[in-house]
Amino acid sequence: MCLGIPGQILAITDEARQLALADVSGVRREVNVTCIAEGPLEDLVGCWTLIHVGFAMSRIDAEEAEATLRALREMGEAQAALEEMEAGRAALTEGTAPGPTR
Amino acid sequence: MALRDTHVTLAHGGGGKAMRDLVEEVFARVFEPPGMEDQARLMDAALAEPGARLAFTTDSFVVTPLEFPGGDIGKLAVCGTLNDLAVGGARPLWLSAAFIIEEGCEIALLARVAGTMAREAAAAGARIVTGDTKVVGRGAADGLFVTTAGIGVIPPGRDLGAARIRPGDVAIVSGRLGDHGAAILAARGDLALSTDLISDCRSLAGLMEAVIRAAPGTSAARDATRGGLAAALNEMAEAAGVGVEIEENALPMAEEVRGLCEILGLDPLYLANEGTLVAFVPEDQAEAALAAMRGTEAGRGAVIIGRAVSAHPGRVTMTTLFGGSRIVDMLVGEQLPRIC
Amino acid sequence: MKYASEFRDPVAAKAVLAAIARTAEGIGATREKPLHIMEICGGHTHAIFRYGLDKLVHEGVEFIHGPGCPVCVLPMSRVDEALQIAARPEVIFTTFGDAMRVPGTQGSLLQAKASGADIRMVYSPLDALEIARRTPGREVVFFGLGFETTTPSTALSIQQAAREGLGNFSVFCNHITVPEPIRALLDDPDMRLDGFIGPGHVSMVIGTHPYDFIARDYGKPIVVAGFEPLDLLQSVLMVLSQIAEGRAEVENQYARVVPEHGNQVSLAAIADVYERRPSFEWRGLGEIDASGLRIRAPYRAFDAEAKFGVGYGAGPRQVAEPEGCACGAVMTGKIKPTACPQFGRGCTPERPLGALMVSSEGACAAYWQYGGARAAAE
Repeated sequence: MCLGIPGQILAITDEARQLALADVSGVRREVNVTCIAEGPLEDLVGCWTLIHVGFAMSRIDAEEAEATLRALREMGEAQAALEEMEAGRAALTEGTAPGPTR
Repeated sequence: MALRDTHVTLAHGGGGKAMRDLVEEVFARVFEPPGMEDQARLMDAALAEPGARLAFTTDSFVVTPLEFPGGDIGKLAVCGTLNDLAVGGARPLWLSAAFIIEEGCEIALLARVAGTMAREAAAAGARIVTGDTKVVGRGAADGLFVTTAGIGVIPPGRDLGAARIRPGDVAIVSGRLGDHGAAILAARGDLALSTDLISDCRSLAGLMEAVIRAAPGTSAARDATRGGLAAALNEMAEAAGVGVEIEENALPMAEEVRGLCEILGLDPLYLANEGTLVAFVPEDQAEAALAAMRGTEAGRGAVIIGRAVSAHPGRVTMTTLFGGSRIVDMLVGEQLPRIC
Repeated sequence: MKYASEFRDPVAAKAVLAAIARTAEGIGATREKPLHIMEICGGHTHAIFRYGLDKLVHEGVEFIHGPGCPVCVLPMSRVDEALQIAARPEVIFTTFGDAMRVPGTQGSLLQAKASGADIRMVYSPLDALEIARRTPGREVVFFGLGFETTTPSTALSIQQAAREGLGNFSVFCNHITVPEPIRALLDDPDMRLDGFIGPGHVSMVIGTHPYDFIARDYGKPIVVAGFEPLDLLQSVLMVLSQIAEGRAEVENQYARVVPEHGNQVSLAAIADVYERRPSFEWRGLGEIDASGLRIRAPYRAFDAEAKFGVGYGAGPRQVAEPEGCACGAVMTGKIKPTACPQFGRGCTPERPLGALMVSSEGACAAYWQYGGARAAAE
């Protein structure tokens, strides 16, 4: 349900109708920005937003995105460490020292 | 110049002088020599070679808009027919062109379309030797429909066909996927999306010749037109009784195509291409085929995307970006934009 | 693609998958006794199949595909009413592509278009508004479909039409809401769900609190999730962690898009234009109290139901679902799509019988498209 896609506001095209031009990977489309407008519409230029059926529905929070990615990265690092430990243990039980495979 | 009108009327289909003027000044003049005869008498030395075989193909073309970034309906028709011949290993020789014209169609547009057709055919060493025009009333056609047929010759010793694909053969695509389908969707305007995308519509005749020279063992090739790469691969897998495995990571695609697909909920594997083919080549000739493709204008973006396997015959699977695996089936109906 | 491709990193995925496996094993989940996690949203169902996540996660985790596909659950009677409106000569009927193939008892919009009705696919209700402006002599009707994510777009379009005095624009409202069917699912005594993946784009509008009852009253964990594969995997891990730790909470994995309290402008527009119907029919699930919206009286001029006399309840309700269709059982997680006797036989994407085969987001259609059909036949 509810296909939504991140896009960036390029320009305000129709102040009265609250329309702006948005860019999604080089595809441009006029979108309604009522839901994300707080101050002057011009301030929205450059803003990243989640677009659904031609409406900018939510501003994308860069800090929250980074926090989610950081958590994922840390999980990746922890996993790598874990795998290294396990590889070391396996190598020891087999009686060979861990070394580069290739 | 006898033709004074700017738009086609039913008079241009009446069999009289108006029709003769239209045919001669718009079509026959550019399809030289001597285009648009009712009956073409064909002769070519290549046909006389022992073991040579004729290849014959036909296709009808409809597209909205008639002119789009990267081509028009005429280029689509001629390249489509040239490509059907080329992927079978045939050298294109002669084409026919039939036009169903809606009353009101702009004559300047017809002239542009005829011009592209003549140029594309000539570039591939083929000639448009026969043709026909019909004019229908407003609403009975959508501007212009074009039907082309093509005759080519397959030199002795060449045998390309999907049934020849063997497990282990490497799958190569000649360029980016989905450019045509995405460019047309945007150019239609009803979705109010704009892009800088250009259709990949082009002849693959030169590219195929280069591939066959470099990799004579090439099993089969197919241009990934309607139904996209997914349809081409499924048809080939089925005909050969092999499985096909492709890597999502390897699929060449423009950012705009990905963007358009994300916006509209479409799968780029099903988007039409009009100048991109997929070839199956024995593994030991794959590098040579790849290099040959990259040496042509149409194949600069060629890459290996997967291979034929003996597992799951008739079925195409894809290793996703994510290391998961999924089946890539034929499309059921038309792909419709979706919101959910 | 910024804010999308970063969340498709296969390396990070490996770590999350390993953590999911460890947690699932810690809980004691096995292939024979798996944890049942429902992804409510059809968009999630689609992503799970597109990236093959169902095959990547530990075998002790089983995805149950929920009712969150608005065209799938659209009752046949409403399609019939859409066809009635579209058949009127003065009407230009505009719709999202999704609805084109949905069958009513008298066929689909696609078939009606072929028979001459003026039916146009649009990307946005804004485009329907624009058609109305450009063709003042025709009645432009927009097929209002979707959950809370989509509702603001039609609400804002109706407000805009009212401002412009665009008398030839109306909406055929079929908007529905997410929390009510979830409650209905949870009230089903045969229900066996261990946790939920919540629809992120719905929460972008309504926030996370409307799901509080799931944790509070039913003791089930729910994690509001984004739509990229890493979003989904991380959410599965968060649900599993709650189960492992004996917690039942509403968590938000999709904080980059979902504010806790939703979007106030959207909510205000919805409240201004729409009100709840006493109940609404869901294909495969039946009538659910207060689960559908209708246009409020002040905007009656833009209500296609009023304009064309096809109001909900105006005709006979409860159009019988096709015989043998087991969509209800699939949607409540009781059986897999392939276990339905009609799957691939009487019911295919070409000729869908049941709700879940209708849209590519329906569980059955997704199974079919991504090979479940062939696998099942073999």
